[in-house]
Amino acid sequence: MTRDQVDARIRAIAEPFNKKGVEIDEDTTFAGDLEFDSLTVMDFVAAIEDEFDIIISMNQQAEIESWGDLVDTVAKMASQ
Amino acid sequence: MSEGVSQPDQPQALAGEGRDLFSKFDPLIAMREGLLAGGQEDPFNLVMEKVLSPTRAICNGRDTILLGTYNYMGMTFDEDVIAAGKQALDEFGSGTTGSRVLNGTYQGHKECEDALREFYAMDHAMVFSTGYQANLGIISTIAGKGDYIVLDIDSHASIWDGCKLGDAEVVPFKHNDIEAMDKRLGRIPEGAGKLVILEGVYSMLGDVAPLKEMVAVAKKHGAMVLVDEAHSMGFIGEHGRGVCEAAGVIDDCDFIIGTFSKSVGTVGGFCVSNHPKFEIMRLVCRPYVFTASLPPSVVATAATSIRKLMHGSNKRAHLWENSKRLHGGLKALGFQLGTETPQSAIVAVIMPDLERGAMMWEALLKEGLYVNLARPPATPANMTLLRCSLCAEHSAEEVETVLGMFERAGKAVGIIEG
Repeated sequence: MTRDQVDARIRAIAEPFNKKGVEIDEDTTFAGDLEFDSLTVMDFVAAIEDEFDIIISMNQQAEIESWGDLVDTVAKMASQ
Repeated sequence: MSEGVSQPDQPQALAGEGRDLFSKFDPLIAMREGLLAGGQEDPFNLVMEKVLSPTRAICNGRDTILLGTYNYMGMTFDEDVIAAGKQALDEFGSGTTGSRVLNGTYQGHKECEDALREFYAMDHAMVFSTGYQANLGIISTIAGKGDYIVLDIDSHASIWDGCKLGDAEVVPFKHNDIEAMDKRLGRIPEGAGKLVILEGVYSMLGDVAPLKEMVAVAKKHGAMVLVDEAHSMGFIGEHGRGVCEAAGVIDDCDFIIGTFSKSVGTVGGFCVSNHPKFEIMRLVCRPYVFTASLPPSVVATAATSIRKLMHGSNKRAHLWENSKRLHGGLKALGFQLGTETPQSAIVAVIMPDLERGAMMWEALLKEGLYVNLARPPATPANMTLLRCSLCAEHSAEEVETVLGMFERAGKAVGIIEG
């Protein structure tokens, strides 16, 4: 799976959570720009985990700040 | 004298006007001030001037029914418990001034652990100075770097802090969601250590976990299981061992964590286990080693109380009656509750928002009723809750009085229709 394909799949998952319709680019942050609270993060992460059959621990989540970080992390895990 | 003396050795001000390490608390300070500006009594600063019994106290000069304590079994004023504490105070002094592994293990600590082993019918028991430290210590010591902890998202703060201290990979799942838990366990890399952490009763809404199914799933994946039974000990299960006993899975639980500060009626925490190597925990568990042990009077009251709780089936039955009556009565009055059915000694009343929650809390206090006001971030889904926790010593009449108070206050504040 290419990075672009991973990006597209996560983008589809993110849509229902992006209630304000914020435009997403590589530098978009989850806490700041998308205003995800902890419960939203849990549901969003769970949906990504199910889509890619991976596990993103909270320790790993702490390293993810921007959209680009997330796509990188998921692309790496999905290729393993 | 060096020139250093007349010069500051650090920059005098942090960047940003008037900002320091406390600036991060500004939003919370503002919220509190906003709440109190309305002439409200401070819900988080109540002082009980006198405590008359497990169910009554004088608060702000008023005789108040206590419906927001964790004194589920009403043991705090039990004659035998108090006598044991007084005797230990006389015979062993006011404190141990030392760690359990140095000079802080007295006869009373051993007797308390004996009482716990008998209560749970388990091989090992380890007493900590608080329930918080029991979770902090056990979790952080058994699940370290490279291990995986799978836990419910609504877990208690002491569980989260234990996860963080141990540096394990932390994987939460949606509250009480068996399938979500199953999936996450299935994705853990092969060979990694696995610990599943569950609670018997979740204290905010008073709901119980489907432990029968969850423990089976955990075992299917080869995980160890730790269950925090803080809010069920003494009350739920035939012998009061908790939800894991009621669900018939206690033998599959590797560790049960509990506290003395609820049904037992004093302070302290513990872990019981049948693991053959459990005793090594006494040497490697830092929150056990690096703190002073409980005072002799505390372990003496705990041991006496635990032994009495073994024979508490009549009290358990009365507490269930109280819980059912309060739950049913509040529901009939039109309040929205945290659970559809009464599941524990906790009945959570959901408030529309923090402001009206605080108003309702104050109205109840003026009626002569104390309940817990719980607010985000301690609550699930950012709810504001009035948490009622019942006691086996509440009389049936007191529960009726409480319902009358809720009805009047609820109508006055506009939570229910008048």
